[in-house]
Amino acid sequence: MKRICADLHLRPNSKDPEHVSQIISKASRLGYRLIALTFPSNLAEEEIRRLVDVSKEAKIDLASRVDLEPRTPRELIHGLRKFRRRFEIIAVVCESKNVARQAAKDRRVDLLNFPSLDFRSRFFDKAEAELASNGLASLEIDMKPLLTLEGPARIRLLSNLRREVAIAKKSHVPIVISSGVSDRVLMRKPKELSALASLFDLNEASAIEAISKNPVAIVKRNRDKLSSRFVAPGIRIVRRGNDC
Amino acid sequence: MKSVRRRYLALEIDSDELFDSKELMDVVWGAVLKLYGEYGASRAGLTLIDYDMEKRFAVIRTVHTTVDMVRTALTSITKIGNKPVAIHVLRVSGTIRSLYKKVNK
Repeated sequence: MKRICADLHLRPNSKDPEHVSQIISKASRLGYRLIALTFPSNLAEEEIRRLVDVSKEAKIDLASRVDLEPRTPRELIHGLRKFRRRFEIIAVVCESKNVARQAAKDRRVDLLNFPSLDFRSRFFDKAEAELASNGLASLEIDMKPLLTLEGPARIRLLSNLRREVAIAKKSHVPIVISSGVSDRVLMRKPKELSALASLFDLNEASAIEAISKNPVAIVKRNRDKLSSRFVAPGIRIVRRGNDC
Repeated sequence: MKSVRRRYLALEIDSDELFDSKELMDVVWGAVLKLYGEYGASRAGLTLIDYDMEKRFAVIRTVHTTVDMVRTALTSITKIGNKPVAIHVLRVSGTIRSLYKKVNK
């Protein structure tokens, strides 16, 4: 069976429909079969449906994603309550330790994203990984900074990523590699992203998993949960009627 | 002496601009040097085999042990001069003939 490659973090300008279509068709051309676009949380349902239709034309599966950037754990919980049933993927941008810890242990969070380049502000340590391994969250690594940074900043980032990947592997936290780009020129093929991952010591097999198996599993799990047949993990409605 | 096993990479230059072969190879060498240093670059044995500027298509040669390294370096290229560009590897092959066969399929 052919592997499905996914990029769960594309950030086109949602106000420019042409740009969105260009990003979708380029993703399809590069070999992705599943993508997630980051939508503003207030985007209308009709607009999401329209984009799903556009992606169907490009023979690509589109998942809806929202990035939460809470300042406090309380804000995070509020956001999760509000958006969990509206979006297929919820990523939390962890800019403080308290938020990172809350996001790691909350089973409604799919992806943990650490945007900061500062070593002290990246909170993916052993404790965070332990919490994430008990929950459902995966560590998301955006490749955009690796392409745009140069010199000492890229060296520091690579060193941080190497450390985080080692921790994630040790604690069995799934890793998801995404592009995180809003510009078409920065989009890369799945194999190229996995080649870049070798820079932070992620071996080829793990990198391919991080581009295909892990992101696909997240989307599948959430689609199951969001379907009307879902009751609880492991329990779903098979048939409705009087004769059941 | 052990013979060198070579690999040929077909490249697509994804940009709205046109670049000459020197500009292309300079940026490829620059990317390899930046990521792997002079030692790494010396192992790669990079050579431009074919370049069609209009079709934005190139073939480069490297050693089989450094294919992944070259692929990573090519991925990291985002600009030639100040013009945005992406270089995608279309195919990798052991002979030029089979490379063209695969690309033209």
